[in-house]
Amino acid sequence: MKKILFTTVAGVALAATSAMAEEVRVYNWSDYIDESLLEKFEQETGLELIYDVFDSNEVLETKMLAGGSGYDVVVPSGTFLQRQIMAGAFQKLDQSKLPNAGNLWDVIEARTAQYDPGNEYSINYMWGSTGIGLNVGKVKEILGEDVQLNSMDLLLKPEVVEKLADCGVYFLDAPTEVVPMVLQYLGEDPDSHDPDVIAKSEPVLAAVRPHIQKFHSSEYINGLANGDICVAMGWSGDVLQARDRAAEAENGVEVAYYAFAEGSLMWFDQMAIPVDAPNPDGAHKFLNFIMDANNMAAASNYVYFANGNLASQQHLEEDVIGDPAIYPDEATLENLYTTTPYDPKVQRVVTRLWTKIKSGT
Amino acid sequence: MRRWVLIAVPYLWLLALFLVPFVIVFKISLSDVALARPPYIPQFSWDDGIWAFLRELDFENYIFLTTDSLYWKAYLSSLKIAVFSTFLTLLVGYPIAYGMARAPEEWRPTLMMLVILPFWTSFLIRVYSWMGILSQEGYLNQILMWTGIISTPLTILNTNTAVYVGIVYTYLPFMILPIYAALDRLDGSLIEAAEDLGCSRFQAFWLVTFPLSRNGVIAGSFLVFIPALGEFVIPSILGGSKTLMIGKVLWEEFFSNRDWPVASAVAVVLLLILVVPIVLFQRNQQRQAEAEQ
Repeated sequence: MKKILFTTVAGVALAATSAMAEEVRVYNWSDYIDESLLEKFEQETGLELIYDVFDSNEVLETKMLAGGSGYDVVVPSGTFLQRQIMAGAFQKLDQSKLPNAGNLWDVIEARTAQYDPGNEYSINYMWGSTGIGLNVGKVKEILGEDVQLNSMDLLLKPEVVEKLADCGVYFLDAPTEVVPMVLQYLGEDPDSHDPDVIAKSEPVLAAVRPHIQKFHSSEYINGLANGDICVAMGWSGDVLQARDRAAEAENGVEVAYYAFAEGSLMWFDQMAIPVDAPNPDGAHKFLNFIMDANNMAAASNYVYFANGNLASQQHLEEDVIGDPAIYPDEATLENLYTTTPYDPKVQRVVTRLWTKIKSGT
Repeated sequence: MRRWVLIAVPYLWLLALFLVPFVIVFKISLSDVALARPPYIPQFSWDDGIWAFLRELDFENYIFLTTDSLYWKAYLSSLKIAVFSTFLTLLVGYPIAYGMARAPEEWRPTLMMLVILPFWTSFLIRVYSWMGILSQEGYLNQILMWTGIISTPLTILNTNTAVYVGIVYTYLPFMILPIYAALDRLDGSLIEAAEDLGCSRFQAFWLVTFPLSRNGVIAGSFLVFIPALGEFVIPSILGGSKTLMIGKVLWEEFFSNRDWPVASAVAVVLLLILVVPIVLFQRNQQRQAEAEQ
């Protein structure tokens, strides 16, 4: 939330002063790039890069739907991208300005085409799964040595979550990810758009609600790293960043990430250019810069998310390309599911359920 | 001629900064949601003319607000938080204003400066810094534990208590300044007279000083109550998931549901709720102005 506010304020200020030609304004997720790349881009192109961050798709989407955001490159996730394309928020990419597009990975492109047919509007930046982040030592201390760490029970089974409550349990504040997770847990279709099926997730969440400390989409990174919290539903790379920060701090905290044994959501963050971008030419330069194999590898090496760039894989460090939590093996990949956007009526059902879960009203 | 210009200025101000935005929001509240940019279908366009608009006119978004208990609960909860925090602000602000008004003449500009000084820092940053004070490992808990007053840290951040702290802190100057202005103008000989006539100091305060500062109290209370009712930033930074305020509901309608028409309807209803205290405030100001003449 704090980031949302900061970026909202920044965004409003931005919109007022945009449209200077030789600036490129990028709006990306928080903690999502090696910041030295930003400087490198400025040096290589001579353009001034203005880089703002957000931590929720909803904030980005509202800016896109309102128009006049002043940004040249934005990074929505698959389902949000799809809806925003339908609303006419993006411009088609000019492939002639993207010579590095050949580096992209066809396996990922085939999947992102589900949201952006023909990949006409976007390129993949990163992809990953939504799973569980744990403070391994504490969880084992509470639940016993032989606890199954990659089970949704740790987040959704009341008896288990109750034991973890004092140690701190965080959920993503992202209803479009939590509801599919619960449906998967119940053995329903995680991508169900049937309000009756969606409603089945409510009693499950209500039962664990008293034990959840907070719904937040970025605080858990520091929480896990500092050992303040025990379990978080989180995005793969974010948890792995927490693991890294804990290791650097040498505070004795061991953080681990697992995709759920029951099956995890697979998501794709796509870079796209708003239809009213003040500097579409600079935006293409930025996309092309990002698609460079070395640059993309640097980004992944830094944030621990897998990318959609095949050529970058030879430059990835072993603890990135070799980690099945980041680049899953065939079996895990099979176990990942994707979702499609809700229509407004169903979205309202999901949001209402979410408010009810969070505030009790 | 000059008189007309003078009258026109405040009305232009009102037109540009209140009426025009209100009409825009009201218009969106009557439209239907759509997958477009912006995400609604306007109910009214000049091409079709006003009759087509009136034929199509419905208040379905307003009717929708009555079908779900969430909305009136959020309005009530906001009202409760706003009333209570206004009262707390008064409780804290009045003694400060009183102390300022009673301070030696040469100190007053400095004291006034100290009240206004926090405005030099961004409001957002000031609310943020309360996170550092109120959190589990925050300064407040550290001091309380160090002095041995408590043995386990208090949970204040992410609760309604933190929201009250934030609102009282943020809006305190708006309470102090009008009360100070009222007390400053107070004729000291009235209190002397009351004491000469046998009042204790407390009686003199309660029977003379407080009634004479009433207008300042009313003005300050409205200046706190009105923005507190629609407050969004403070509850979202300091409040918890359980803090239900209408500003938050508005945010969810706008951002999560992408339902601008319903969000606008929520905003219009909020405005209607505020119109009552605003009119009362205006009347109080007017009466005060007349009394001074």
